[in-house]
Amino acid sequence: MTAVTATTASVLGALAEVYDPELDEPITRLGFVTSCEVSADGDVEVVLQLPTPQCAPNFAFLMAADARTAVRRLPEVREVTIRLEDHYTGAEINAALARGEGFAGAFPDETDGDEDLAALRDLFLRKALVARESRLCEALLADGASPEEVAARRVGDLPDDVPDARRCLELRRRLGLDDDPGSPAFVLPNGDPVPPGELRRWLRTARLVRMSLEVNGGICRSLLRVHRGVVIDDPEEVLR
Amino acid sequence: MYEKNGEKYFVVDAHQHFWDASPDNWVKGQEQYAKGWIECFHAYMGLGPPETHWPLEKFMKYSEDDYVHDVFEEGHVDAGILQSTYLKEWYTEGFNTAERNARMAEKFPDKLIVNGRFDPREGEPGLKQLEEDAKRYNLKGVKVYTAEWYKGSRGWKLTDPEAQMFLDKCKELGIKNIHAHKGPTIWPLDKDGFDVKDIDVAATSNPELNFIVDHVGLPRIEDFCFMATQEPNVYAGLAVVIGGLMHARPRFFNRVMGELLFWVGEDKMLFGSDYGIWEPKWQVEGFVDWKMPDTEEYSDFPHPTTETKKKIMGLNAAKLYDIEVPAELQLKNGATPAAKEDAQLVESA
Repeated sequence: MTAVTATTASVLGALAEVYDPELDEPITRLGFVTSCEVSADGDVEVVLQLPTPQCAPNFAFLMAADARTAVRRLPEVREVTIRLEDHYTGAEINAALARGEGFAGAFPDETDGDEDLAALRDLFLRKALVARESRLCEALLADGASPEEVAARRVGDLPDDVPDARRCLELRRRLGLDDDPGSPAFVLPNGDPVPPGELRRWLRTARLVRMSLEVNGGICRSLLRVHRGVVIDDPEEVLR
Repeated sequence: MYEKNGEKYFVVDAHQHFWDASPDNWVKGQEQYAKGWIECFHAYMGLGPPETHWPLEKFMKYSEDDYVHDVFEEGHVDAGILQSTYLKEWYTEGFNTAERNARMAEKFPDKLIVNGRFDPREGEPGLKQLEEDAKRYNLKGVKVYTAEWYKGSRGWKLTDPEAQMFLDKCKELGIKNIHAHKGPTIWPLDKDGFDVKDIDVAATSNPELNFIVDHVGLPRIEDFCFMATQEPNVYAGLAVVIGGLMHARPRFFNRVMGELLFWVGEDKMLFGSDYGIWEPKWQVEGFVDWKMPDTEEYSDFPHPTTETKKKIMGLNAAKLYDIEVPAELQLKNGATPAAKEDAQLVESA
């Protein structure tokens, strides 16, 4: 009887949990995973390509490092190689990952210390929370709830079947913010409740954050299509 | 000038280029960066209408004839502002220097304005160069690109202490318009290179200067909007918004324009084609035709009027650059676009 080995499907499944931190979308849905190979022995090689060679090195590193962590977590894999291709700092990033080093290892003397990318990641997780909450809030308002009713909602009142509700709570747990059923459903990036009576005003800013993330995702998809020839499901775009 | 349905628009293209990114100009050993840069720009061209796309070879180095045809003969542009981006670590003669821009501008002194540049990492010689450039090109503006590589450094911020010396020099030389373009890299690399906070600080400390944020701070348009709504001397440069979204993603275009009109306001938004990335013709014509849909999705946004479009297409930039606008092309009611001292916060948000 042979041992269970990883399959391409299980590796891709793990990669689907890796998010582009700037866009708050899985890298698999964005078309960044261009190849995923699993050898008979369970060695994995994943190739990532971003929309342009000039994409920011810090976010590129986060995605490549997260991809490595996610795949290594699968019990049945052996060696994991993540290769960022056609990127202007790809060589530095790939070498650091192969050595098991962090961002500071990829760019010695070009970072500020040992914090690595924790603060950058934290900032963008909080932007993502705002964006997710704004989608959830708009869905509840569109469903007929008044702003007062929505503002009074608790975590325990949120519908189970709305993906954005689940994803907001996932992020709150990750950020160490309260997600008890009795805690407020809508919180500011620092975890404080959205003040009662301020929901409309808050939504105005939250919607802008959401728009920014979504527009950046749209531009990335367009560039992927034009620059890389990668066509992904993209109802928003007017195809040529 | 562009005329549609009896309305006449004075067109100032506040963001255009005349570059040389051809292989002859690539620095030996740095070819991958020079090639990667221009190929990335070329990909952006693909977001415009297909009939306006160029082959890469032409895109790398278009001719003076191409420029004159696309900008003046076809593009409806009354006045253009040529921006300078050097990138001399990658391009031997520079990607798009003030000198190269000036060769074009000399032929159209009534139509073209050259913007210079500075890089605070160049220190004293850089200050001298800025002085010389200001005199030679009669500079009223500069473009700063914060992600430029320089002797091992991958970028800089407007809050770097040396940067203030250059901003002070700008004031001394009568340069009042600072176009800021944020790129992906900055020291330290573990910070967000696209962060626009340094522009915010510089704008507050230098109220006598105007800060035009190129590409509306993309990909940090939300931070840009939060800043611009508070800083009367911060303006939105629309290059990439119109070129990159109006054709390819009209719904996003509506949303982005809606947010900009709400947060920044129609008096502080400037058209820029980003030529040669995109030709101005389709952008000018498309923008004048553009309507914010009257549906629920956009009901919270200000809806642009003909007057809004006249300001964005040219009257706002004409004011910043003291460009004379023929009487018949000014706003009918005699109103002029708000100067920075008139600018007020858009409705409280």
